[in-house]
Amino acid sequence: MNMFLETLIGGLLAGTMYSLVAIGFVLIYKASGVFNYAQGSLLLFAALTFVTLTDQGVPALGAIAVTIGLLVLTAITIEKLLLRPLTNRSPMTLFMATLGLSYVVEGVAQGIMGSQVRALNLGIDDLPIFLGDIMISQFDLIAAGVALAIVVVLSLLFNRTRIGIQLRGVADDTRAALSLGIDINRIWQIVWAVAGLVGLVAGLLWGARQGVQFSLSLVVLKALPVLIIGGFTSIPGAIVGGLIVGAGESLAETYIGPYLGGGITPWFAYALALVFLFIRPAGLFGERQIERV
Amino acid sequence: MTASAGPALEVRNVSLSFKGVKAISDLSFQVTRREICALIGPNGAGKSSLLNILNGVYTPDSGEIVFEGEHFRRMQPLEAARRGIGRGFQNNALFSGMSVLDNVIAGLSRHSRVTLVEEAFRLPRALGQERAFRDRALEVLKLFDLEKYAETLVGTLPYGVQKKVEIARAIVAKPRLLLLDEPLAGMNAAEKQEIAAVIARLNRELDLTVVLIEHDIGIVLKLAHHVVVLDYGRKLADGPPETIRDNPDVIAAYLGSENAEAAA
Amino acid sequence: MSEINLPAAAEPIDQVGLKVLTIVATLALLVTAPFLASEYWINAIIVPFLILSLAGLGLNLLTGYGGQLSLGAGAFMMVGAYATFSLQLRVPELPLPLALIVAGFIAGAVGLAFGIPSTRIKGFYLIVSTLAAQFFFEWLFLKFPWFYNGNSSATIALSRGLSFFGLDANSPHGRYYLTLGIVALLTLLSFNLIRGQTGRNWMAIRDMDTAAAVIGVPVFRAKLQAFAVSSFILGIAGALWAFAYLGSASVQSFGLTRSYQILFIIIIGGLGTIRGAYLGAGFVSLLPLALDWLFQHLFSGHVDAGLLQNIQKAIFGLLIIWFLIKEPEGLARLLSLRRTQGARRRLFPS
Repeated sequence: MNMFLETLIGGLLAGTMYSLVAIGFVLIYKASGVFNYAQGSLLLFAALTFVTLTDQGVPALGAIAVTIGLLVLTAITIEKLLLRPLTNRSPMTLFMATLGLSYVVEGVAQGIMGSQVRALNLGIDDLPIFLGDIMISQFDLIAAGVALAIVVVLSLLFNRTRIGIQLRGVADDTRAALSLGIDINRIWQIVWAVAGLVGLVAGLLWGARQGVQFSLSLVVLKALPVLIIGGFTSIPGAIVGGLIVGAGESLAETYIGPYLGGGITPWFAYALALVFLFIRPAGLFGERQIERV
Repeated sequence: MTASAGPALEVRNVSLSFKGVKAISDLSFQVTRREICALIGPNGAGKSSLLNILNGVYTPDSGEIVFEGEHFRRMQPLEAARRGIGRGFQNNALFSGMSVLDNVIAGLSRHSRVTLVEEAFRLPRALGQERAFRDRALEVLKLFDLEKYAETLVGTLPYGVQKKVEIARAIVAKPRLLLLDEPLAGMNAAEKQEIAAVIARLNRELDLTVVLIEHDIGIVLKLAHHVVVLDYGRKLADGPPETIRDNPDVIAAYLGSENAEAAA
Repeated sequence: MSEINLPAAAEPIDQVGLKVLTIVATLALLVTAPFLASEYWINAIIVPFLILSLAGLGLNLLTGYGGQLSLGAGAFMMVGAYATFSLQLRVPELPLPLALIVAGFIAGAVGLAFGIPSTRIKGFYLIVSTLAAQFFFEWLFLKFPWFYNGNSSATIALSRGLSFFGLDANSPHGRYYLTLGIVALLTLLSFNLIRGQTGRNWMAIRDMDTAAAVIGVPVFRAKLQAFAVSSFILGIAGALWAFAYLGSASVQSFGLTRSYQILFIIIIGGLGTIRGAYLGAGFVSLLPLALDWLFQHLFSGHVDAGLLQNIQKAIFGLLIIWFLIKEPEGLARLLSLRRTQGARRRLFPS
């Protein structure tokens, strides 16, 4: 029983990290209808920039400020050179374009800052702490706390600020928002920048865990099943989806894995997502699309 | 097929809603075999949704469709096509990356009997079918005076021409019931007359039952044998054109306001 | 009726004769090519180029014609390679060409299975299913030694080498002709499918799938056919990649990077065109050489290989974006004589 709980809790905590990455996707998907495959590369880019700056002796706060500045610039560039020319193109074309974008971001980031693994120390010790008999990673707990804080901040941002309300307007009805004079290009820039910031947080946490390296960008592949399960348009969906995938992976590896020779984590989330697609194609919290002909 | 005098199509107590908003409420009417039935009503009256129910794109919340004596809650779109329901769409739903001819031939897909292997190796049966499909499609294109565009990429054609290609595609497989969603929209007066004449001719010569949505009341009253007026998903009136023209409810709700001059 | 001079469609029938002539001329060149090129070029450039073209062709049938996006091209290549290996090892009576065909069918069946979700899910959601295939087979073929016959390096190679009905095909020329023959045959068959009913069904689904179903296109069957045919071709391409090009292969030879590479080939070459696969594969094969040459001359000496790789990556990414924005039909249209005519096709309209 304890082992089960430990596995479950460990999985849930890991799942909050998936949620964090997935939230970045939801933001962009809601505002611009793009499944942003480059989210993973942006996360790598953010973490890599931060590490490179701190390695050069820049203090952490300064490094964060510069990284944020670069992320905003990147968001504006992407909006101008990629999103705008591709307005009204199919989701599939947009997806492929972001796949290309991920190659550009990775190539440029690693070309300038190098491809080797970099250690990142956030000053959080990865010590186990005990709740009764159950062992939990302190790092995971803090990371989960950060993820939760981000969710709260984003919710406030969306519900209380003018930009947030405009953004929701764009997501709900782009044409109506346009006719009300909302500058959709600016909204896109903001959303991509915010998604970049979420990526920065996720990148730092993941980077501290496994080193800042190319494989960080592959978290995008974890976010996809999370979004399928939770729904592409819902932040609560991203959170619940992340938790389901995290817990599912952890439990499956422990309880099913041994019968299959182990190492099933890379595909298990996808198998789970496929099951969900058959049962609930729009995801748990997603909106069903109505076909118009 | 027995030539029974019963209705070709019957809509029974059909309701449909999207995200809680009623699009069609408790709608019932009958379409007699070989008649042209026009659905009219303002935008948002549920006309296109009804056509989508008739060939299985939407599933109604309740009610049923009776087509040639068989009852359906939902027909799969492909099943509808197999049973002989043809369909033209409101906003052209042509296959933009294909030629006019290929678009029309695509309407014959349900008659295809060749296997993948026969096609890959161009065996006689595949070639024979291809020739037959081509001939049939050209025959229909001729009907609309479109042969000269046969090899043209459909996406490059003017809207009015595309509309005709769309109707050609819908009738190429010789349907018994043809659903047309605003077939005359975006056309000039001469083109409208031309297409209306073609629809009337198809109806007469091929015994084709037609259900169409059209906003041009002048043409509707001349072309249709039977008019169903919808408003906010409800049936407002149902009968021959003459009675519709004089129905006070219809005049008040629909003809009276925006299209009074057309009806006059 | 107004008389408007309009452009001709993609494949007018009267141009087919001309096309056949061009193909014959190209084939003549291809047959004599080994005597014009060095062994290095045959081994390291021409053979992989042909195989990548074949893989691109396979994916283009599914994605470019059928409109079903796949990120799992590598998975189906992998299945073809491992199936060929198993057949040659365990059914030695089966000659290589037949083993390749059977392996193609196995890959096709696997592709069909992973295509089943396409009947429920649309557009880019489908990448879930194809990525599932990618990760699942990477795991499967590495996890169970049976698939690589317990080899200590977990690689597969044909112990008896390549032969074609008794003819030895292990020399560079032999491998070239073996590859060329298979690629040419499969291209011809694909071309036949594309201009027939099957191709029309695929394109109809790509252009407007709801309308396709309503007018009677058997959407379910056509999608599964696209997956099966595409995977059949990818499977054979995978077997060739493993045994006619690499010699010995592992799961890494068909990783996610390979899947992306194949997708990039058809985006750059031209989605929904047969020749696009060749143009894209040629581009992908030659760009690294060109960059290498450029850097050698520009910086007259050593450039860090890692940096070169990253530059290459960025350039590929930029090209993908550029092509998607400016020329969704890729090099195939840029190089087309008819490019001045008419509006572009809109692939995957929303």
